[in-house]
Amino acid sequence: MSRMGWLIRRELTAYFLSPAAYVVLALFLLISGFFFSTWVIPSRQADLRPVLTNMALLFLFLAPALTARLWAEERKQGTDEFLMTAPVSVAQVVAAKYLASLLLFLLYLAITLVYPVILEIWGQPDWGATLTGYLGLLLLGGTALAVGLFASSLTDSQMVAALLSFVLLLCFWLLAWAGSALPARWAPVLQFLSLTGHYGDFAKGVLDSRHIIYFLSLISGFLYLTIHRLEAVRWR
Amino acid sequence: MIEVTGVTRLYGRRVGVQDLTFQVRTGEVLGLLGPNGAGKSTTLRMLTGYLTPTAGSIRIGGQEMWAAPERIRQMIGSLPDRPPVYREMTVEQYVTFAAAVKGVKGRGRRDRVRQVLRALDLTSVANRMVGNLSRGYQQRVGLAQAIVHDPAVLVLDEPTVGLDPVQIAEIRDLIRELGRDRTVILSSHILPEVEQLCGRVLVMDKGRIVAEDAPQNLAARLQSCRRYRVEVAGEPEAARTLLESVPGVQRVVQEGGLLMVEAAPEMDVRPALFFRLAEAGVPLLQLTPLAMSLEDVFLRLITREAAREEAAG
Repeated sequence: MSRMGWLIRRELTAYFLSPAAYVVLALFLLISGFFFSTWVIPSRQADLRPVLTNMALLFLFLAPALTARLWAEERKQGTDEFLMTAPVSVAQVVAAKYLASLLLFLLYLAITLVYPVILEIWGQPDWGATLTGYLGLLLLGGTALAVGLFASSLTDSQMVAALLSFVLLLCFWLLAWAGSALPARWAPVLQFLSLTGHYGDFAKGVLDSRHIIYFLSLISGFLYLTIHRLEAVRWR
Repeated sequence: MIEVTGVTRLYGRRVGVQDLTFQVRTGEVLGLLGPNGAGKSTTLRMLTGYLTPTAGSIRIGGQEMWAAPERIRQMIGSLPDRPPVYREMTVEQYVTFAAAVKGVKGRGRRDRVRQVLRALDLTSVANRMVGNLSRGYQQRVGLAQAIVHDPAVLVLDEPTVGLDPVQIAEIRDLIRELGRDRTVILSSHILPEVEQLCGRVLVMDKGRIVAEDAPQNLAARLQSCRRYRVEVAGEPEAARTLLESVPGVQRVVQEGGLLMVEAAPEMDVRPALFFRLAEAGVPLLQLTPLAMSLEDVFLRLITREAAREEAAG
C-alpha cells in the first residue's frame, strides 16, 4: 500500500471506531426511510425523484457531522504535528482525508439503493433518472464534504467546525431563495451559485456537463482552500 | 548537518525567537536550554518544518528547508512536546502506520517496527490502545514514531518529560546511543540531563541565544567568583569580620553555623584565609570549595541578560 493508502486507511479506521459514523448513518437511514415511505405509500408512484431531493437536504447535517472531526481533532490531540512534519505533502493528507469521508458517504448512499430496488420489485421505476439522481447526490454530497473539511481546518473545536460548515452549506443552499427577493437581474447569478439549483437537472434524469463542472470546481476549490489554510498555519 | 542563519520567528507582533544563528555538526548532540517561553519549542518546530521562519534560512543536509520540504522531512525524526499519538490505535498499529507514512516499505517494515518496540521496551504493551497508556508509555511511543524510519537527524522536544527516574535513565541511554551515528538536537529545562547528554549547549532566553559552549566550559567560563564553605570552632560572627579583611574576598555570608565566602576568581584566597584564622587563634574545621552548577550559571546568565536589557532600555 502507498503512503496515501495508509493515510486513507487510518481515516477510515478512525471513522469506524467512533460512534459518530454509526449514529449519523442510523439517523440518515431513518429519515430517508421516512421520506421514502411517506412519499411512495400514499402516492403509489414508482418515482424516486422527490425522495432523492429530500435526501439532499440531509447533507446539510450529514456533511458537518462527518467532517468536523477531520482536522479539529488532529489539532486538539496534537497529531497534526505528526502529519505536518511527516514526509508527505499537505495536499496528500488533505486528499486522503477527503477520500476517506467520500468513501464513507458512498457507503451510506449505497445502502439507500435499497429504495429503487424495492420500487423495481413492485413497479417500473425510471432507472435512468434514478442513476443520474444518485450521481447528482454524490456530487452534491462530495461538495458538502469538501466544505466541511475546509471548515474543520479552521478550528480545533469539532463543535465550531460543525457549526461553521453547517452555516456555509446553508448559505449555498439558500442562495436560490435569496434570488426571489432581489431584483430580477440578480436571480440567474444566485441561481447559478446555489447548490440546489444545480441538483434539479440530475433528479430529472438530465446529465448536463455544466452542472458536473460546477460541482467539481467547488470541490477542488474548497480542497485548495483547505490545503492553503493548512500551509498558512506554518506561517502564523 | 543543520545550519540556522539569522532566523527570526514572529507570532503576530510577538517575538517567538530572534536572530538565531547556530550550526549542528553531523553526529553531534546539541542541547537547547532555557526557561519556559524561551523559544526552544519554536526553534525545534522550525527545524522539523512544522513552522516556517519569518526571516532567515534553515539548511539541513546542505539543502534549504523550503526548497525540498518533503525530502528534508524524510531525513528528520521528531518528538514534539506532546507525543503526537493516535489514541484509538494500538501501539503496534500506530508505529506501523508511522513507519508506512514515513516510507519504510514492504517486508522490512514489520521487522523494523518490532525492533523499535523492543528498543523502547514497548513489546509488552504492543497490543494495547495508546490512549489507555500512561504518559510515560505514550512518550516512548512518541519516540518510537520518531526513530522508526531511521532518520539522520533527531529533533526531540523535552524527551524525558513525564517519565519516572528509571525510564529517564533508559531514554537517556537510548538517546546517547542514537547520538553516536546521528545528529541530535534536544531541548530541556533539566540541567543535569543536558550536562550528561549533550556535547554542546545553547542557552536561550526570551527568544535569543544567550550563551553557547560545552556544558563544563559554560560553567567555568561564567564563574564570576569562587565560593568556599568555611566552618570554624567558636562564634562564626567573629570569624566573619576576620575573613572579610582578607584581600580578594568579596563577601562573607553567614548561613547557620557556616560561613560562605565569595572571592575573586583570579586568585586562590585559601592560604590567606587559613593564615588569617590561625593568627587570630580561630581553629579552622572545614574549608570546602563549592563548584558552581550549571543551574547557577543558568540563573546568572538569565539575570545578567535581564539587567543588561534594563540598562539598555
